[in-house]
Parts: sequence; C-alpha cells; structure tokens
Amino acid sequence: MAFSTPKSYFRAGFRDGAPFILVAIPFGTLFGVLATEAGLSLIETMTFTFTVFAGAAQFTALQLLQEETPTVIVLASALAVNLRVAMYSASLTPYLGAAPLWQRAVAAYFTVDQSYACSMIRFEQEPQMTVPQRMAYFFGTVTPIAPMWYMATLAGAALGTQIPESWALDFALPIAFIAMAAPMLRTPAHMIAAFVSIVVVLLAGAVPYNLGLIIAGIAGMMAGAHAEVVFERRKEAV
Amino acid sequence: MIQIDPTTLWIVIIGMAVGSFALRFVFIGLVGDRAMPAWLLRHLRYTAVAIIPALVAPLVVWPAATGGSPDMPRLLAALVTAVIGYLTRNVIWAMLAGASTLYALLFLLQG
Repeated sequence: MAFSTPKSYFRAGFRDGAPFILVAIPFGTLFGVLATEAGLSLIETMTFTFTVFAGAAQFTALQLLQEETPTVIVLASALAVNLRVAMYSASLTPYLGAAPLWQRAVAAYFTVDQSYACSMIRFEQEPQMTVPQRMAYFFGTVTPIAPMWYMATLAGAALGTQIPESWALDFALPIAFIAMAAPMLRTPAHMIAAFVSIVVVLLAGAVPYNLGLIIAGIAGMMAGAHAEVVFERRKEAV
Repeated sequence: MIQIDPTTLWIVIIGMAVGSFALRFVFIGLVGDRAMPAWLLRHLRYTAVAIIPALVAPLVVWPAATGGSPDMPRLLAALVTAVIGYLTRNVIWAMLAGASTLYALLFLLQG
C-alpha cells in the first residue's frame, strides 16, 4: 500500500471497524433498555450516551446509581473503569500526536476500545504510515461504530421493555471484552500481563469502589513491562 | 433499587462527560508529539491486556446474573471465547464461539 491516500486508509479503517457493529448494537441496546428500566428519560439516556460515549463506564454508573451510592463514588468508580482510555490516549500519542489540535480533540472523544485496538494493530504493522493516513484510518474505524452505538441506545430506550432473562444478555459484555483481548496476547510478556492482572483483581475482590480494577491494571502493566525487559536481556545473553 | 434523583443523575452525567473527555485528551492533546520516556511507553504497551482482563475476570467468576456465584456455562463460555480468540486472532469468531457455548450450555443444563 505504498501509494495509499488518506482516503483509502479511511476505507481500510472503516472495513476493520465494521465488524464491531456486532458489539455496538447489543451493548447500545442493552444500555438503552437498562437506563429506561432504571427510570431515566429518553433525553437523559441519550445525553448520557452522546456526551460520555464510554459503554463500560456508563453501565458502571447506572448500576451504582441504583444502589444508593454517594455521587462522588459513582463518579470516581465510573471514571476508574474508564481510566484505561487515558492509557489508550497515551499509547496513541506517539502515532497521532503531531496532528492538528482540533483533530486530536475529536480523536480524543472517539478513543474507545475498538478504535484503539484496530489502530494500534495497524500502526504497528505499517510503521511507514504518515500522520494524516493514521488519522484517516482512526476515524475510519469509528465511523461505522459510533452511529450504530447511538442508534442502538435510542432503540433500546424506545423498546424500554424487559428483554427476557433467558437471553443472558448480562454476559454480552464479558464475551465481547475477552474476544477483544485474546488476539492481543501476542508475546509471553502480554500473557504475563494478562495473567497477573486477573490474579490480582480476583484477590482484590473485596477492595471497595472498583479500586481493585485499577490496582490489577497497574500490576499487570508493570508485570508485562518487567517481563519484556527480562526477555530482552535473555535474548541478548544468548 | 431506588428511584434515581434527577439532580444526582445530571451531576453524574456532566461529571462523567467532562471526566471521560479529560482522560482521553490528557496525553494526545496536551503531550502532543513531544517524546515520552521509554519506560512509560513500555508500560503502555501492556495497558489493554492488563485492564481488559481485570475488568472481565470478576464478571466471569462472580456473574451478577447468578447472584455472584460461579456458573459453569459462563465460565466455559469465557474460556472458549479466550481460546478461539487467541487461536484465530479474530474477534467475531471468538464472540460467536463464546455466545454459542453459553447458549448451548444454558439450554442443556437449565433448559
């Protein structure tokens, strides 16, 4: 793809992002249904989805709001769940940091699991990509996902009725997240990071306010980074 | 379960909107193309594979749908999703395999 224009990278991003419609539709619908069941109006539900645009954090906040949790703790927990997007933002920075500020601001809003995962894979595979090509690809990945997420939320809110429990929609989130993370386990260091974070989060199950998630995430990152250094050294020693 | 107070709800929505954008903007917007130290980048390589499993593991082991007690269909569905995702490197195949496993086991064990 040596002569690719930003436009063709936008199309490539669109293609890579399109399968995630299958994730966005059930989650968006589920959020719309659960929010309506919790007593949110259509305007409240849609404002929530448009302004926050972070599924896992929205579900967390909705759950805690219904459990008479102090407002500060609802906010802290939801943002803790969303802390990973700050780390996404940081790891995208070496690739997109040279773009104009307004583009970076729009990209920031659209930094979600799917756009991040697609983009990092592509940017690592094709290090010769220019910054406009990378931006075009990034926006391509969210173009099919974001409208579907909004529309599905709207449909779920309009539906409002209870989805039968036999559909086991509670487990859509874990399956989608596992499906997203498993292909990222490319090296032994990635495996170690994931393993450590799972062990720590399960041991930290009693830690309140979702702090176990943050502790486990940091532990996993440190384990992965350390393992990388150890493996590198071993390679040099051979 | 209680009726959510509208004022509380709007505080949470606005707080999350501002907070989520700030989290996403902090590095890409403010750091820009200034070089970041190697140790930071090395840690950031493991962000996704550390945070996503940590988010998911409690939901798999203690699912809310069963009141927090471990549940064989959900555990196996999670395992199948992970194995297929790792082997095929394909998100959609992994999701389909996991969902099929979940529905098949729920049907067989509880149907």
